[in-house]
Amino acid sequence: MNANSIQKANPGMNDAILQVQHLSMKFGGLVAIGDLSFAAKRGEITALIGPNGAGKTTVFNCITGFYKPSEGMITLNRNDGSSFLLERLPNHEIPARAKVARTFQNIRLFSGMTLLENLLVAQHNKLMKASGYTILGLFGFSGYRKASAESIELARHWLEKADLIDRADDPAGDLPYGAQRRLEIARAMCTGPELLCLDEPAAGLNPKESAALNELLIDIKNTSGASILLIEHDMSVVMQISDHVVVLEYGRKISDGSPQSVRTDPRVIAAYLGVDDEEVETVLTEVGDEDVIEQLDIGPDAAHGPGTSSSYLAGPVSDTVGHSEGERVTVSKGASKAAQVDAKANLPRKPSERATAKSTGKASTAKPRGGRK
Amino acid sequence: MAVTVSPERDTVATPIQRALKEGFYAGAISLGLFVLFIGLKTGQNMSNELVVTTRWGLLAAVVIATAVGRFLYVAYGQPFMASQKITNVATGLLPASVASRFFQLPWFVAAVVVALLLFVFNSSLAGWVGAEPAGYLQFLRALAIIYVLACVIYYFRAFIHANFTRLGITALVLYPILVVAVLSLNAWSITGGLQGSLKWVDNFGIQILIYVMLAWGLNIVVGLAGLLDLGYVAFYALGAYAYALLATQYGLSFWILLPAAGAMAALWGVLLGFPVLRLRGDYLAIVTLAFGEIIRLVLINWREVTNGSAGISGIPKVSFFGLMSFNVSDPNYIAKVLGIAQSGAYYKIFLYYLILGLCLLTAFVTIRLRRLPVGRAWEALREDEIACRSLGINTTTTKLTAFATGAMFGGFAGSFFAARQGFVSPESFVFLESAIILAIVVLGGMGSLVGIAVAAMVMIGGTEALRELDFLKEIFGPDFTPELYRMLLFGMAMVIVMLWKPRGFVGSREPTAFLKERRAVSGSFTKEGHG
Repeated sequence: MNANSIQKANPGMNDAILQVQHLSMKFGGLVAIGDLSFAAKRGEITALIGPNGAGKTTVFNCITGFYKPSEGMITLNRNDGSSFLLERLPNHEIPARAKVARTFQNIRLFSGMTLLENLLVAQHNKLMKASGYTILGLFGFSGYRKASAESIELARHWLEKADLIDRADDPAGDLPYGAQRRLEIARAMCTGPELLCLDEPAAGLNPKESAALNELLIDIKNTSGASILLIEHDMSVVMQISDHVVVLEYGRKISDGSPQSVRTDPRVIAAYLGVDDEEVETVLTEVGDEDVIEQLDIGPDAAHGPGTSSSYLAGPVSDTVGHSEGERVTVSKGASKAAQVDAKANLPRKPSERATAKSTGKASTAKPRGGRK
Repeated sequence: MAVTVSPERDTVATPIQRALKEGFYAGAISLGLFVLFIGLKTGQNMSNELVVTTRWGLLAAVVIATAVGRFLYVAYGQPFMASQKITNVATGLLPASVASRFFQLPWFVAAVVVALLLFVFNSSLAGWVGAEPAGYLQFLRALAIIYVLACVIYYFRAFIHANFTRLGITALVLYPILVVAVLSLNAWSITGGLQGSLKWVDNFGIQILIYVMLAWGLNIVVGLAGLLDLGYVAFYALGAYAYALLATQYGLSFWILLPAAGAMAALWGVLLGFPVLRLRGDYLAIVTLAFGEIIRLVLINWREVTNGSAGISGIPKVSFFGLMSFNVSDPNYIAKVLGIAQSGAYYKIFLYYLILGLCLLTAFVTIRLRRLPVGRAWEALREDEIACRSLGINTTTTKLTAFATGAMFGGFAGSFFAARQGFVSPESFVFLESAIILAIVVLGGMGSLVGIAVAAMVMIGGTEALRELDFLKEIFGPDFTPELYRMLLFGMAMVIVMLWKPRGFVGSREPTAFLKERRAVSGSFTKEGHG
């Protein structure tokens, strides 16, 4: 199979449970993800972070089959050695066969069903088989009764882990927000996943609930053997529990590494930690030379199409991708802070491009520095 | 008692003032609404000309009644109810509530006596007081009987609530026996009792139970899986025609054709399901509506097979499992085999128990399925389809099984209908039927079997009961036919029930599994589904 051949080519990557390669997702002219590649290691917690609108949830939706990616390959290597190309599997088979479970940014529980029922629905496929696809179960065969009791035990196990056992017979919609988040994770775990994808599990939690969530996730990682991929804005969660962090901005990966290395990456600081347009320049003035600052100012005019060095100066994704209608969509100059930092980093290595950029700039919009506020 | 100073006293008008104002507005609105409906009537005279007759008196009566009604409600009704609530809360002494004041023992006894006296002397009443007052006395008797029943229900409400299902099934099983017994006593002959029971067993019992079964079948699709199906009657029609055609053409027995009709309807449920499952909500409703109409139009136009609008007649009766027949000419006619008097009531009573059995089968299967993974998946689908897919549930097959199961019960009911009527035509399967079945499901509370059964009894039994209200002719004149107003009353009843109980008679949901105790889930948490 295709997936197997990839494994042979990259034997070192076998410990990766999930490999995302050259993933692109386009919605009409909008490029939500552009050429993204990363890997999530087995038994680790991988965090996917980035500013709002960076395409994190789109990556999740591609992995869990809610979107079919425009390009690229998503390989999942299960613990038993089998591999699945997730972009080829139908939506519902990704949890069933590839054992990928997910939660949602806006909680999606079965609010009119009790907590226990929520966890039983998650064990649907297992129970379907046990009930002989309903027919044997309808006539009350004992095999189903046994499987049913086992599934209730599994549900009880996860309710205890999520600290929800006291409310097992209450409707899920009646739970407070933090408990609903935990229930959604418990429900995902009841599918018996090998990769658990959590979309902002700590959103809207208070610090105490957030700490409880951290414990739950560490516990899942250590005891259930599931690897975790999570999207998170809460840096305390990300830095405390994740083993590996991937940073996205405008659908591109701008950093990838351990929490420590990501934390000190200037591109991440510029892009993620909320630096204003004005401040980018300040930061860059502090760290860079006058050339860099001049580069920033004289990026190619959007109306005249990107210049040769535009990929370093303007939004990295949108201005390089043609629309189906032939028009080009550009991110406003300077929107990507990480790109601006990149520009500085790349300039010394690529003098030719720097020269081109400079000359274009001089020809069009060169402006004395003093003119800036 | 301390004087309480209300800060709102300056701004809020006294109830009487407010009532005057609201009464006036209500009168004005009803005038605007009814001036053309009631005030003017168009007709034709002998030379085919359009004539407008005015009915200002009737209009004035309606408008004044509305205004006075609103005035009385706002001036006295609302303050009374508010004070009841306050005394209940403030004293905690359980003051005589409206209901317990309304249902009192002396009145109960009086009502029993009145009902009994009027019942015993029913035949001689007209001779004593004249025809018209006798009609009013019959009305009084009906009211007394309703009051007595309401009293009994009120005083035993806790017991009834706790054992509703058992009581209901017992009542249903005993119903034909009781009817025959009461009517035999009344007519003082068993033959007379059997003859009189025809109407009660057939028009009320069987008719209601057919709708109970249909609504329980639709409940799987709409109430559990949350797929709005406006064309359910198509499956009913398929079942009916499957039985009618195969029985008349090939002479197959009902007991073979019942499962065959169910399977046929289920197959069509799947065939319909495939193309429409991508649609959701309103779009799904419209496509299913179209499917229902297509089936009906095919039945009308495919004359070679279905005999068009003329329908199929001479559909054979159901036999008693092949042992006894209900055809008088057959050698194994039931009366000959058992050596009893001839009567058409045996067949009706047999059919009653047959449809009761089919209903109980539907209920049993529904209850069982809800506790199986597929039933839970249906309910999960109603709650959140995207979450279902994220848990590895194949939503396509889940929806298809819901469609097929619902359609199968529709097919069973259809084949029973054909056997009972002995005649089917496309007229029996119009959109109104789908709408009534759906209304029963919604009124009963989506997903609740008991609520739906009660709703079917109220809606179908209620419209049938309107045929029995002959005494109203005494009030409104001999031209008055109450059954013509049944759709109006139907609509009014639905509006009232939906205002009073927006989630239907039974709004809560029984969980399918529990760890410690089974607690009903309030209707405010459950969703209706988006198709």
